[in-house]
Amino acid sequence: MPQLNLSDFYTLLPAFVLTGWASMLLVLDLFIPRGSKGLTAFLAAVGLGLTLGITLVQAGSSSLGFNGMVVLDGFSVFLNALLLVSGLLGIALAYGYVRRMGLERGEYYTLMLFSVVGMMLMVQAADLIVVFIALELLSIPLYVLAAFNNRSPESEEAGLKYFLLGAFSTGFVVYGIALVFGAAGSTSLYGIVAAAASGAPTLLLSIGAALILVGFGFKVAAVPFHMWTPDVYQGAPTAVTAFMSSGAKIAGFAALLRVFAVAFPSLTADLTPVLAALAALTMIVGNLIAVSQNNIKRLLAYSSIAHAGYILMAFVPYGNPQVMPVSVAAGLFYLVAYAVTNFGAWGVVIALEKEDGKGLEISDYAGLFWKNRPLAIAMTIFLLSLIGFPPTIGMVGKFYLFRAVIDGGFVWLAIVGVLTSLVSAYYYLRVVVTMFMQEGEPQAASEFWLNFTWGLTALVTVIVSFVPQLLFEWASNAVLRLF
Amino acid sequence: MEFLSQPLTLLTFFPLVGVLALAFIPGERKNLLRWTALGTSLVVFALSLWVLSMFDASNPSLQLGKPLPWIYVAGWNIHYHLGIDGLSILLVLLTGFLTPISILSTWTAVEERVKDFMMFFLLLEVGMMGVFLAQDLFLFYIFWEFTLVPMYFLIGIWGGPRRIYAAVKFFLYTMAGSILMLLAILFVAIKAGTFSVPGLITQLPELYASGVIDPQTQIWLFLAFTAAFAIKVPMWPLHSWLPDAHVEAPTAGSVILAGVLLKMGTYGFLRFNIPLFPQAAVQLAPWLALFATIGIIYGAAVSYAQSDVKKLVAYSSVSHLGFVMLGMFALNEQGIEGAILQMINHGLSTGALFLLIGMIYEQTHTREIKVYGGLWKITPIFGTIMLIASLSSMGLPGLNGFVGEFTILLGAFGAGLDGGAFQPMGGVWWASISAFGVIMAAVYILYMFQKMFLGPTGSIVEEVKHHGHPLRDLNWREILTVLPLLIFIFWIGLYPKPFFDLMAPTVKALVAALPLVP
Repeated sequence: MPQLNLSDFYTLLPAFVLTGWASMLLVLDLFIPRGSKGLTAFLAAVGLGLTLGITLVQAGSSSLGFNGMVVLDGFSVFLNALLLVSGLLGIALAYGYVRRMGLERGEYYTLMLFSVVGMMLMVQAADLIVVFIALELLSIPLYVLAAFNNRSPESEEAGLKYFLLGAFSTGFVVYGIALVFGAAGSTSLYGIVAAAASGAPTLLLSIGAALILVGFGFKVAAVPFHMWTPDVYQGAPTAVTAFMSSGAKIAGFAALLRVFAVAFPSLTADLTPVLAALAALTMIVGNLIAVSQNNIKRLLAYSSIAHAGYILMAFVPYGNPQVMPVSVAAGLFYLVAYAVTNFGAWGVVIALEKEDGKGLEISDYAGLFWKNRPLAIAMTIFLLSLIGFPPTIGMVGKFYLFRAVIDGGFVWLAIVGVLTSLVSAYYYLRVVVTMFMQEGEPQAASEFWLNFTWGLTALVTVIVSFVPQLLFEWASNAVLRLF
Repeated sequence: MEFLSQPLTLLTFFPLVGVLALAFIPGERKNLLRWTALGTSLVVFALSLWVLSMFDASNPSLQLGKPLPWIYVAGWNIHYHLGIDGLSILLVLLTGFLTPISILSTWTAVEERVKDFMMFFLLLEVGMMGVFLAQDLFLFYIFWEFTLVPMYFLIGIWGGPRRIYAAVKFFLYTMAGSILMLLAILFVAIKAGTFSVPGLITQLPELYASGVIDPQTQIWLFLAFTAAFAIKVPMWPLHSWLPDAHVEAPTAGSVILAGVLLKMGTYGFLRFNIPLFPQAAVQLAPWLALFATIGIIYGAAVSYAQSDVKKLVAYSSVSHLGFVMLGMFALNEQGIEGAILQMINHGLSTGALFLLIGMIYEQTHTREIKVYGGLWKITPIFGTIMLIASLSSMGLPGLNGFVGEFTILLGAFGAGLDGGAFQPMGGVWWASISAFGVIMAAVYILYMFQKMFLGPTGSIVEEVKHHGHPLRDLNWREILTVLPLLIFIFWIGLYPKPFFDLMAPTVKALVAALPLVP
């Protein structure tokens, strides 16, 4: 009988604390009167802040817990911190939005917390079974959140669509896990790599890995598994979309990276071309379809697909031990850049969305610069960052990504990357053109936490591009535990 | 904070002080806004003169700046490094000089959203200075891309009827080239382990010699940089964004676009393509000369066919920049010196032409050549200044254009002789055909001048009188705007030696490093 001791709990302490807090909040919320659900939001934020503190204390330690089921390493600390900050930003965006839209119910925040717990567990998972549990834990609250606006058929549709396709993709993951188990006789990532080294059947292992890739492809919205994304992003309440598009992507990529880099380095020859093709296809399709969008939520949805392609690109040389550290660091840096920029951009969308769901067409942004300069400037910064244009964090991130790809010897992929960035400039600029060069009378909501979020993210987007040293260091030190 | 104490940092970022000041001035106080912007740009010009006074012309290497570590992590070696040498000093001065002139030209031309206009304009100056001073590829790339943003807004917000189309086209065209350069920058930096330009110049020859970068790859890298710079120049056949951008841009935008932004392309060739990829430069020089020659003739021919005077001047830029490209890829001292001088000349004469066209357009609101005529009688000062600018642009001896074009042609003929860069392909043909371009310039310029200023009075004169605003001659502010340009047009035309002296040692060192048989 395996022994459990305190160090096992320490490995997973942030997730435990947040789970406890969320459960407590669920009960506590019953006693908070309907009109003052702001208190729930506040308490949820406190929980996230507390967990963030614990996570930062864990920085520098590295351990396995629960008999190798979960792992704590630089990689997990970095991403846990990023996920918790995303959760905080998600609450800041939601706070005024749910009130304005008449969606203010305490479960909103509890569900978010549970989803964050799932994401954190995903980041720390060192066993395919834990990966599966984490996937369910992060997804199910998101299905509910997507359908949170139950008076709107679009929101219901988004929830249902996300649920059905998500369940379908989870099926792929489970089937893949089963095949990998069949081949390796273990679901532990470290066990799999040992089994692969001692002659586990490669074909079965490859098929299993490919199926897992399909499942995560759904989660991170990589082409051709992206079909759900625009509808769900458009239908879900915008604050949910903002959280989902960053958080779920971070968790999905974390799992993808850990599972592939730790468990399947032996399959490089088979998987690298697949990853490269997936990345190229995602960048091309995401960016090309975005060109014809007129709705800002759909535009950002396709942009989010395209960015999945860019991040995926960093992982293509994962099997090359010399490039792998750079590639992981570049991926992490870009995830931060994307999360910051993305929250900001969605914040602006939320500011302009009206109670009746209007204000979401690009034409509704006409003349924004002349009505509300800070908001338009912030949006321009976010869009430039998404293009990868200086002086923004997105530019530094792309620089880093392309470097990893070229370092790994995939110059053609880098060329696809830059050419699709050019395409993306076209549709992002359309929004800029509308804001600056057309006449209109847009009305933007001004709520403290909303303004705080887009203001802060805009500042970070610009400032970090001038002094990226610290973030670079964190990202390069966030190493994977490989044994 | 050590970087703050460098003179070049001050020069580059001083306009930000103006931007900050403008941000606190209310939008309706238009004159205060204009004076603030003008004052800031004059301080920047003074700073550029201060830099000139500290510049040692006899020293061919980079001066007045020291590399400071900026981003240092796992194989990244990025420095904050601004420096100046003979290749960039004149362009820095030109930038400092043209910006206040352009701002002065907007005094009555820009009445709407003055505050934002001035802010974008000063931001543009930061970008331009940075491009000419950055000596680290990462830093350079940031400045290079950044210049697009303010220019995009200047065209897109204050431009003519098709401004949005022109602005987006300008942005996308330029970006298309830049991103290919980005990949080449990363490739070179990964192989050499540094982004520093002087560092690369010393390290790349070893990589070439040891075969880490083979000759074929060197050509690809050269072409990737060329993509960025040739679009900016613009070299035929990549010029199609230029007429649109010029025609739609407000006058001040056109002046800066023609005067400085295009020079960023030719400067890029000098600073990066030639010293970093010398074998490829020598190998491809005849091809670039071919394209340059086509550009010279094509630009001149298309200019002649224009009915819009601003478009005529825009296409003449294609022709003039063709000369710069031809001189530069002659890869000898005369050619390159002529090319640098011609960059300045083009900034002065084309800048003057755009200013003058802007001044008349403010009164008539049309640029159709055929509605003008006989203007010299009505506006003698305007006519005289226009004549000088036109003659300078077509290369009349005694004015600046002649000195530049003549030196370039000398260089190009030299490159066609034995051991010259053009020898393997075409030899002296390129210079011979290009010389014909000078004659064609006379044709389109004089055609324009004759139609607009001589002959019977054009219909527009009656029309504006009918609307109660009869044509007036230039006022003191307008004369003051173009006068400094005229001074330099004569100065360079009559006594160009001080200008050549500033660049000669650096150019000499640049040419000496090329693998050409002397």
